[in-house]
Amino acid sequence: MRNPYRTQKIAFSLLFLATLLIVVPVGLIVIVIIFKGFPAINWQFLSDIPRQGMRSGGIFPAIIGTLYLVAGAIIFALPIGLLAAIYLSEYSKENVLNRIIRLAIINLSGVPSVVYGLFGLALFVVFFKFGASILAGSLTLGIMILPVIITTSREALESVPDSFREVSLSLGVSKWQTIRHIVLPNAIPGILTGTILGLGRAAGETAPILFTVAAFYLPRLPKSIFDQAMALPYHLYVISTQVPNVDEKIRYGTALVLLALVLFMNLVAIIIRYQFRRRKKW
Amino acid sequence: MRKVKEFIIEKLILICGLASIFFVGLIFLFLLKEGLSVFNIVTPLDFLFGKSWYPISDPAQLGILPLILGSLLVTLGAAVISIPIGIGCAIYIAEIAPARIKEVLKAGIELLAAIPSVVLGFIGMITLVPFVKNCFHLPTGLTALSGSIMLAFMAMPTIVSIAEDALYSVPKTYKEGALALGATHWQTIWRVMLPAASSGLLAAIMLGIGRVIGETMAVMMITGNAAVMPNTILEPIRTLTATIAAEMGEAVVGSEHYFALFAIGIVLFIISFAINVTADLFLHRKQ
Repeated sequence: MRNPYRTQKIAFSLLFLATLLIVVPVGLIVIVIIFKGFPAINWQFLSDIPRQGMRSGGIFPAIIGTLYLVAGAIIFALPIGLLAAIYLSEYSKENVLNRIIRLAIINLSGVPSVVYGLFGLALFVVFFKFGASILAGSLTLGIMILPVIITTSREALESVPDSFREVSLSLGVSKWQTIRHIVLPNAIPGILTGTILGLGRAAGETAPILFTVAAFYLPRLPKSIFDQAMALPYHLYVISTQVPNVDEKIRYGTALVLLALVLFMNLVAIIIRYQFRRRKKW
Repeated sequence: MRKVKEFIIEKLILICGLASIFFVGLIFLFLLKEGLSVFNIVTPLDFLFGKSWYPISDPAQLGILPLILGSLLVTLGAAVISIPIGIGCAIYIAEIAPARIKEVLKAGIELLAAIPSVVLGFIGMITLVPFVKNCFHLPTGLTALSGSIMLAFMAMPTIVSIAEDALYSVPKTYKEGALALGATHWQTIWRVMLPAASSGLLAAIMLGIGRVIGETMAVMMITGNAAVMPNTILEPIRTLTATIAAEMGEAVVGSEHYFALFAIGIVLFIISFAINVTADLFLHRKQ
C-alpha cells in the first residue's frame, strides 16, 4: 500500500522544482544583464551616436527612434482601442457580431509578430508608398498592440459597477454623457495600465519593424515621420549577430537599456493597478 | 445639436468596435494579395512539400518542407520542456504557494513575459549556445535544441497564467467535496482539480504552442538558420518565421522570392488562426 502522504510530499516537491526552473533562470537573466550591462552605461553611451561601425560610441539614435515609434503606435492605437473597448463593454449585445469581434481580437493578438512585419510592408510601405519610415513602423506596431489595449480597457470599463450607470441614467443623463462623465473617469487607471503594457510591448518588438522602419546604421536623428530610424531592439539584434567584434560591454549595455525601458513601463503599470485596487471605493 | 453630436460619437464607437475585424481581414487580404502570386511559379503542393529552399538560385526552388519541419521540431522540443514545467508551476501557484509567495511568483512570471524576445535571444546566444555546444561536443551550439529550450521559456508565461486561471475557476465545492471524503490535497489536485480544469489546461498548452510557432527573433538568433531537412535536434535548423525575418530584407519587391516569403506568411497566419480559434473553443466550453 502506497503512503498517500509520501506521494503528496514527492508531488509537491516536484511542483516546487518546476516553479524554481522558471523563476530562477528569469532572475538570473535579469541579474546578469544588469551586472554586465551596468559598467557600459554612462552619459556618453546614452547621448552619443554609434561610432566605428557601431563598435563604440553610444546608442542615442536608437533610443530616440524607439521613443518615436512607441509614441506613434500609441497615438494611433489608443483612440481606436479605447472606443472599441467602449463599444464592447457599453453597447454590444451578446450576439453573433460580438462573438466575431471577440474572435478577431483573439486572432489579432495571436498573429506572429513577423507576420505583422509582412503586413506592414505590404500595406504601408509598398501599397501606401510610405516607404520604410517611422509612420509605417508606428502604424504596424499600433495595430499589433491594439488587442492589448482593447482587452485591458474593456476589463476596466466592465469593472465599473452597473449601479453607477443606472443612477446616472435615471437622472435623465444620456448614454454617452454617462459614459463620458461617469464610466470613463472611474476606469482610467485600468485603461492607463493597458496603455502602458501596450507601450512596453511595442518598445520591445523587433520583427514588425524589421522591414517597415528599422535602419541598420543611421548616425543621425530622424527629421520627419517619413524618415527611417534606428530602434533599440533592432540595434541589439544587429550588434549581436550582424556586426563582428563588437565589445561585449556595448551589447550588454544596449540589452540593459532596452530591458530597463520595458521593465520600467511594466512596473509603472503594475503599480498603477495595485494602487487602484487598494483605493477602489466599491 | 447635442443629439447630432451623440449620434456621430456613437457611430464612431461602432466603427472602432468593428476595427479588429477589419484589421484581421486586412492582414489576411494583403498576405493573400502578395503571397498568392507564388503559385504561378510552383503548385501549392510543391510549395508545401518541396524539399529544397533555394529562393535565389536560378530557377528558384521554393519548397518550404524543411522550414515547416524546422518549426515543428523546435516547437515539439519546446512543448516537451514547457508543458510539464508550466503546468507544474501553475498548480504550485494556484494551489500550494502561500499568499505572499504567490504574488511574488506571479510578478516573476509577468516579468518573464515582458522581456523582449531579442533580449532573450541575445542571452541565449551568449550562455545557452556555448553550453549546448560543450555539453554534446558539437561543432556549433546553434541547434534546434538551443532554440527549443529558449522557446520553452517564452511559452511558459502564457501556459502558467492561463492554466492558473483554469485551476482557479474550478468550483470550490469540488475541492471541498474531495477533501471531505478524506482525500489528500495532492489526490484532490490530481484526481479532481486537473480533470475539472482539463479544457482550460488544453487551451493554455495550445496558446503556449501558438506563441512558440510565431516567435521570431530569439529563434533566428540561436537555431543556426540552416534551411535543410532536419535529422536530429542537435543540428542547426531554420523555422518559417526566421526565414521571413532573415530574407525579406534582401528580397526585391515583386520578385518570386518576395511572393514566396508572403506565402510563408499565409501559412503562419492560418496556423495561428486555427490554434487561437480552437483554444478559444476549449476556454469557453460550457462545463
